[in-house]
This record gives sequence, C-alpha cells and structure tokens, in this order.
Amino acid sequence: MSERALHTPARDLELDTNGFWDRSLVQLTFARFRLFFREPEAIFWIFVFPILLAFGLGIAFRNQPPEVPRIGVVGNNLAKALRSGKDLSVKTMDRAGGELALKTGRIQLLAISTPNGVIYRYDDTNPDSRIARLVTDRALQASSGQPEPFKTINDLVREPGSRYIDFVVPGLLGMNLMGSAIWGVGLAIVDFRQKKLLKRLVASPMRRWQYLAAFVLSRLLMLPVEVVAFLAFAVFVFGVPLRGSLWQLAVLCIIASLSFNALGLLTASRARTMEAVSGLMNLVMLPMWILSGIFFSADRFPGVVQPFIRALPLTAVIDALRANMLQGTGFTQLHWQLAVMAAWFVIPFFLALRLFRWR
Amino acid sequence: MSSSNNPLPLSIRGLRKAYGDVVAVNGIDLEAYPGECFGLLGPNGAGKTTTIEICEGLTAPDSGTVELLGLSWKNSSAELRERIGIQLQETQFPEKLTVEEIVQLFRSFYRHGLRPGKIIETVQLTEKKSARAGSLSGGQKQRLAMACALVGDPELLFLDEPTTGLDPQARRHLWDLVEDLKKAGRTIILTTHYMDEAERLCDRVAVMDQGRIIALGTPRELIATIGAEHIVEFVVDGLAADLEAEALQRLEGVQHTRVDNGRYQLSVSELHTSVPELFGELARRRIKLTELRTHSATLEDVFVSLTGRNLRDE
Repeated sequence: MSERALHTPARDLELDTNGFWDRSLVQLTFARFRLFFREPEAIFWIFVFPILLAFGLGIAFRNQPPEVPRIGVVGNNLAKALRSGKDLSVKTMDRAGGELALKTGRIQLLAISTPNGVIYRYDDTNPDSRIARLVTDRALQASSGQPEPFKTINDLVREPGSRYIDFVVPGLLGMNLMGSAIWGVGLAIVDFRQKKLLKRLVASPMRRWQYLAAFVLSRLLMLPVEVVAFLAFAVFVFGVPLRGSLWQLAVLCIIASLSFNALGLLTASRARTMEAVSGLMNLVMLPMWILSGIFFSADRFPGVVQPFIRALPLTAVIDALRANMLQGTGFTQLHWQLAVMAAWFVIPFFLALRLFRWR
Repeated sequence: MSSSNNPLPLSIRGLRKAYGDVVAVNGIDLEAYPGECFGLLGPNGAGKTTTIEICEGLTAPDSGTVELLGLSWKNSSAELRERIGIQLQETQFPEKLTVEEIVQLFRSFYRHGLRPGKIIETVQLTEKKSARAGSLSGGQKQRLAMACALVGDPELLFLDEPTTGLDPQARRHLWDLVEDLKKAGRTIILTTHYMDEAERLCDRVAVMDQGRIIALGTPRELIATIGAEHIVEFVVDGLAADLEAEALQRLEGVQHTRVDNGRYQLSVSELHTSVPELFGELARRRIKLTELRTHSATLEDVFVSLTGRNLRDE
C-alpha cells in the first residue's frame, strides 16, 4: 500500500481519467469556449458586426435600376410618338418652361416640334445628354414605322458575381476570420498572463502545447457558426454566388482560421499588458487591412510590393475565397494561396511555442 | 515503511539566485521531513517566494541543488508536476468560470487525483460550486486555489502566503483547512510573514532575512533561544487599584512588569513558579482576579532579537 493511499480514502481517488470529458485538451478547449460565450461583447464583434458591415455595404453599393434619359417635349403629337417607347421619361412642356428645365439639369434634352422637323436642344459635351439625343431620335424614327436596316437582339447581362457586394463579401469574410482569431487569442492570453494564471497552469502537469492548441480548437469549433451565419446572410439577402465546391470553401476557412490563430498566438507570446498586445495586434493587422484587398483589389498597388502583398496571409485567404466563391476555382489552381496559408500556420505556431512567456 | 527508506520530500543545498545586482537567495540549505508542515517565515523581500518558486521548478537557481521526493527538476519534471501541489501567491482565476469548472479543468491535467466534488467539499466550497470565480470573496478564492493545488492528491504541497490579504475570519478558516491537511499526513511547505500563522501551523520554521536563513527549528525551540519567556496577563477587580507594579516585580521568576490600561502583563521564565506566587500575593491583598491569560513569547520576538527589526517593518 502506498503512502498516498493512507491519507486519501480509496473511493475518492480516481486512478484513471480515460473519459473523453476528462481529457485535458477537451477541458482546456471547453474552458475557452465557455469564456468566449460568457463575453457578450465578443459575440457581437465576431457574429453580429460582420453581418451589419456587409449589410451596410450592400445597401450603399446596391445596383440601381437602369437610368432612363429624361426629356422635355414641346408639341403634343411629338410627345405621344415618343411615349410609345419605354426607354425615355417624357414630359410635355411649353417652350419657356422647357428651356428652364434644360438649364437647371432637370431634363437632359428638349425636343421641339416645328413645321420643318424636330429640333433637339442639348449639351453635346454631356454624355447623358448625348445618350438622350440618340435614344430620342431612335424612338422617333421607330414611331414613324421605318424598317430597321439590321435585325438586332438585346441579351441583357446582369450577372451576380460581378457586383461590388460580390467582391467585398469574400474580403469581409477573410477580414473577419483574421480579426476574430487574432483579437480572441491575443487578448485572452495576455489576460491569463496578467492574472498569473499562465504561471499557475505551467505549475501543474498540463502539457504546454495543449494550452495553445486549445485556442486553435475552440476557434475551429466556433468557425461553422461564424462563417455559416455570415455567408447565409450574403447569399440570401444579396444573392452572392457560391460557385466553388462547398467543402473546399470549408477547408479554406479552416486553414485560414488556423493560420490566423497561430499568428495571434505569436503576437501575444511575449506581451505582458493589454496595451502592449493591442498595439502589436494592430501593427500586425493594419498592413493587411490596407494591402490585402478587402475592399478593393490588391492589384492596385505597385508591382514592386506585389510579392510582399502576395505573401501576406490575408491576401492569400481573400484571393482563395474570391476564386472559390466567384469563379468556382478548385484547389488545383490555388497552390500558392494554400502554401502561404499553411506556412503562416506552421511557422508562427512553433515560433509561439518557443517564444511563449509563461509567467 | 520507515521514513529512512523514503527520500526526503524536500532537500535544498547551497541555493543562490540573483536578479541583476539584487541577491534574492544567498546560499541556503534546507530539508523538510515527511508529514511535517515546514514554514519559511520572513518579511516581504526576504527571498521566501524566490526560494519556494525555485523549489516548485518555476524559477531556475543560479547555483545549488533542489531535490523533491528524491527527484530533480532537471531529470524528472513531468513526474514531479504530477506529485506536488502548488498554490501561488496572487493567482486570479478566470472570473467567468465556475468553481466546479475550474477544479475540473485542473483535475484533467493529472493522471491520478481526487474527484472534483470531493475536493470542493474538502475546501468547503460545495455551496459555491456553481458560482463564478469572479463572485467569490477573498477567502473563498484562496480556498479555490487550495482546491486546485490539492486536486492531484499531492504528496508535497507548496503554499505561498496562503492568507495574505484575508480578513481574520477567512484566515482562521484557511488555517483549519491546512491543519486538516496536516492531519491527513501531507507534507506542506508554506511561506508567510505572519508569525502567528507560522507558530500555529508549522512544525518547523526557517526564519529568512535578506536571502539567508537566520534561524531554524520548531517554533518552541526558536522562542527558547531568546530566554524561554512566558507572558502572564491578568485583570483584577476594579476596586483594587492599589496593586502596584513594584510589588509584582518582587515575585519569584518575574522578569518584567507592565501595566497597560488596567491590564497587567508579566514576563516570566516559568509559569509553574510565578503563577502560584501571583495567586498568593492576590489572596494576601484580598484582591479578586477577574481575568487571567498566559501565552508564550512569539516568533515576532525571535525575529526582533535576531535582526533588531519588526517582521512587518517595511
């Protein structure tokens, strides 16, 4: 009988902890999970804010119905002839009223019926007025029953995927994956460090890699909620297309989250105060917010800096998300992006494990 | 199963640690025996925490060796982590996790240990097991820290200033808990700057000052080094105000007399001679005794006599 059994009744001694729930990695992961969901502000920033942002941008950049030239007409018969087409907004006016409307820009062209024919008054330096001139003239000629010399067919292209909202949704998704991972990991670690909890944890038999891995795992568990809620909103409200394979999209989100989590761990590996870590996180994220093409294409930056931009994790993530969602591109054409993301996972994670300040 | 077969729970040789120019621990040797409660007593900055953190494997010494349960941190750190329990000074637990969740989390780190429910019962937090750590009082937080230290059923327990910052009731509560753990036979190493705490809880005490051990022994032995004094305190019936200090001073074995606000205080070398003398003198003068208390001189006096300073002079 060992000495230990002397001071502890056997029924209270648990010799084995093989249950799933008792595993330290599981316990650490669920501790993270609980801490996250008991923080209402975090839930807002990670789940609600991205949707509000997408909604706002979607409203601001929504596609307007096609604009129809507005013209003023002097002469009732002429007005009647022009109203037969749908491509014009026609108002009947007297001569003086028409001149005033033209001067103040309420109409783009004034058509005046005279015994010698129709006079078009417009500003030929204004593209809208020139369009109005062409459309009016075409409508007038058509109303006279002139046969068209060439047969033409209009085939309208208003494709989802080429709009701004389609461009910006993958960008926002990438930005959100980065922000939630880096903020979530960074602040939580420095909070534990300040409370001397990290020191207390390493004073126990806890394996250190499990502590870091628990962050990554708990974020992966939250990922479905976070990504699905955002994408569902984008798809159902704005009709943003999902042209690529969905499982590949899921894998992309997972790898993206892994690499941003590792970056968050690295960012928080030494900092002792909230101020220090906030500054560091902004320093890490700011270049990517600007360069990685969230709101506009990264191609706009000069060629010299392009290799640098392409090596940033957020650029790789957003490029890959856009290629998957908008063009339906498969992994076979995303080697570079996948390699960049994987490198940003492996290198920072092991660097963080080495550099980490546990006390 | 004699203790000579078992390695010492703690054995320190020639320990030294400096932070820059400041020597925190300046060459100390210590041993703790199985089942004892060993106290490191000293003022803040004496090097207690540095010493205990070196023992806990959290700080590396500049020189010297530490062996716990016959093992060294260098070769057996994973095994040692399983077999010792640690309470650090000023750990704050995650405010939004409950007592039960925190104990369960710490339990999961150990291969062998106690049921979380049992531990929570031991530290008397059963009523608070579903409360979040942020809502606990100072004493309850300290007991939660104790639970996390005990959850692996440790053979050796380190407590760093377990009652600092607690109110008197919470302190006594924690003392009771430590005494229960002693009765259960665990070896405990604790640091404190409260001499009453060391006297009450510790079987042996090392008094530390400026990185060195300046005295080592049982509290009784240490007090004996300054003249084996007892203090007799008494109050007499208010009518008998004519009991003068000079008369008491003449009693056998009385070394010093003090009268403070109607309360008499005698320093004596032996209670069994001085107390009957006192009773006789009071009887002769027909003075009624209303209150009598005796206690031993304290470790505070030991520290003062060794250093010329008070323990809590900062």
